[in-house]
Amino acid sequence: MTATSASTTSAGPAGADLTARFGDVVGSDASLRRFLHGLPGVDQVGCEARAAALGTRSVKAEAKAVALDLAIRMVDLTTLEGMDTPGKVRALASKAMRPDPADPSCPSVAAVCVYPDLVEVAKETLGDSGVHVAAVATSFPSGRAALEIKLADVRAAVAAGADEIDMVIDRGAFLSGRYLQVFEEIVATREACARPGGEDAHLKVIFETGELQTYDNVRRASWLAMMAGAHFIKTSTGKVQPAATLPVTLVMLEAVRDFREQTGQMVGVKPAGGIRTAKDAIKYLVMVNETCGADWLDPDWFRFGASTLLNDLLMQRTKMTTGRYSGPDYFTLD
Amino acid sequence: MVKVPESSGSAPLFDYAPAPESRAVVDLSPSYGLFVDGVFVDGGGRSFKTINPATEEVLAEVAEADERDVDAAVQAARRAQERVWGRMSGRERAKYLFRIARIIQERARELAVLETLDNGKPIRESRDVDVPTAAAHFFYYAGWADKLEYAVPGRPDVRPLGVAGQVIPWNFPLLMLAWKVAPALAAGNTVVLKPAETTPLTALLFAEICQQADLPPGVVNIVTGAGATGRAVVAHPGVDKVAFTGSTEVGRSIARTVAGTDKRVTLELGGKAANIVFEDAAIDQAVEGIVNGIFFNQGHVCCAGSRLLVQESVAEEVLDRLKRRMATLRVGDPLDKNTDVGAINSAEQLGRIRDLAQVGEDEGAGRWSAPCELPAQGFWFPPTLFTGVSQAHRIAREEIFGPVLSVLTFRTPSEAVEKANNTPYGLSAGVWTEKGSRILWMANQLRAGVVWANTFNKFDPTSPFGGYKESGYGREGGRQGLEGYLR
Repeated sequence: MTATSASTTSAGPAGADLTARFGDVVGSDASLRRFLHGLPGVDQVGCEARAAALGTRSVKAEAKAVALDLAIRMVDLTTLEGMDTPGKVRALASKAMRPDPADPSCPSVAAVCVYPDLVEVAKETLGDSGVHVAAVATSFPSGRAALEIKLADVRAAVAAGADEIDMVIDRGAFLSGRYLQVFEEIVATREACARPGGEDAHLKVIFETGELQTYDNVRRASWLAMMAGAHFIKTSTGKVQPAATLPVTLVMLEAVRDFREQTGQMVGVKPAGGIRTAKDAIKYLVMVNETCGADWLDPDWFRFGASTLLNDLLMQRTKMTTGRYSGPDYFTLD
Repeated sequence: MVKVPESSGSAPLFDYAPAPESRAVVDLSPSYGLFVDGVFVDGGGRSFKTINPATEEVLAEVAEADERDVDAAVQAARRAQERVWGRMSGRERAKYLFRIARIIQERARELAVLETLDNGKPIRESRDVDVPTAAAHFFYYAGWADKLEYAVPGRPDVRPLGVAGQVIPWNFPLLMLAWKVAPALAAGNTVVLKPAETTPLTALLFAEICQQADLPPGVVNIVTGAGATGRAVVAHPGVDKVAFTGSTEVGRSIARTVAGTDKRVTLELGGKAANIVFEDAAIDQAVEGIVNGIFFNQGHVCCAGSRLLVQESVAEEVLDRLKRRMATLRVGDPLDKNTDVGAINSAEQLGRIRDLAQVGEDEGAGRWSAPCELPAQGFWFPPTLFTGVSQAHRIAREEIFGPVLSVLTFRTPSEAVEKANNTPYGLSAGVWTEKGSRILWMANQLRAGVVWANTFNKFDPTSPFGGYKESGYGREGGRQGLEGYLR
């Protein structure tokens, strides 16, 4: 009936073999479909009402200061434009390390997110600063290429030093019910993230929820990606509207929470696209806190895919320390 | 590989800092009189204190109306009804109602803070539910005031009843006032309203709003006091219509009082609603609905979903999720914008909740309370559920009127219907399933005035509300709500 049928124990050891656990589920398209369609449904009205209610939480004073710094540490500072150049990426990487040159107490962001051909530039600039390099691969953003080409894209990015790979799923395959194909692509991409003699690149799986349309689909895609070994599940490419929304993120957070309960494994969540203000970011943090608990309030498990959010966070942060708002000219463009 | 932290739930990274709503918007006066014939007057009885249940701080002294005061109020209402209000065109009456609705919106923050101070409910609810819904009722009935001939099909020549004596409870002080006053005035009646003795303040602020709206004197009269004042209102021979919301016990005595007279009466009484969760329900949303059904307004809701009927196949899973969710409920200072569950309205009510919870334990049900620290001062009860409850348990039959949920299980849809209907009450019910045909089938089978599907505790002025059996008779809200004020 529900996901419970797929597993017998509530928590397994870290790194448990997912294929063993879900082996019978992912054996065929039919069994995978049965499993995904057997997940509890999502009631649209109720889901949106819950997300809206969480959005009214009031975060002030010390709580707000903690939240702002946490949000800054969770940002994947992103530039995904056709006109990106090494110069642009170098500038972005400098900003990622020291977001507020005027205030050394300001933390650095989690990662810089670029196209694969710019990974090397970013890596070089960031050095051993601790800021990761994330690369969007697998023929981002549409994902419409032969699997071999997508995997080559991933391998190139990993070889260039990417710490994290943001892949897009084949939405066409997903919507036409070819779940096994999507599953196998994620598994293959995860394998392509392997780095001989080092830690594998982390895999973030992008659903493009704006194209999946329904919350039921979002929940199914979440489970599909988690069973295939995703380290992170991510809402959107930022190229399609609507991108990240609170209700979509809520459904994904519920999925990672439930997945951990069944397998003992944690999966991260990354809303991306359209989160522009500190106020919005704090709403997401509240949602993480009240849905999954404080364990997920960490850049290892929650990220914001954003390019303009950072400056608003910095502006609010300065407001908290000085009591005054400063204009946009007091913060670097990139 | 993916790493898993040692433990979960401990040491939250960010505890929200307190975010209290300012009290400065409320201008509390040390003492309040009665509102009779458009002015505030002293009461003949002994004045009493109203307190903040979250702190036990005395907020104000309130006058008690004795029989003579009630008589004066009824006479003022009669004069106003016969000379001004009843003769006025519906269009003119509508203007006053619209004006009141707008002033409620303008003074929303003041009303919300005052309601929370006096009642103990979280500001989140008074601000987002009580006050906006109260304003909505005035707006809605303002729209009906000039269309009364269309309100009751087949009866184009309707007329007002005259003077309405109204007695309202302490759980939604302003909202229940709006439910009662708005349709009565729209239909051309005048009112004498008695708010509950523990929560009179927003009604008295409403009296000020009537003055501000230039409502003709005597159209709305507010008499404060306890049971004796309420009895005087109900028994007064000059009252044409009695409207009461409150306990079934008091409802019975009102029915006895008006029996044999030509008074009309509507009663909104207790409930013991079943909230029925099927195995195919959208489970996360169902859990939200269960929480909203029973912990909204500390469970001080006559239509609260106080009996959870969950299908056995998913009972364990639903309970696990429910407990996890309940552990995130924030109990405490009602004025804090992040508070989910506020204070119990009175020491007396807290005592009753404690007694019934003890009965549940004595009968062998499993008690579980959300881990939360309760303030030392004030009246508090943690969100609590009882598992292993059967129909034979007192906690499955009696209205607790507090944050206490009884969990029962069922196996088939017909068993769910039987159990849901097996109660002396019949105010509301909830059904959670992804199957539309089952929702419609259940709604037909359930003997309840309101059946919510995949939601709970939703109120709207256009929707009639009322009960079966011991939950009372008559309907409030909607066109049907007007009918109770027309002859």
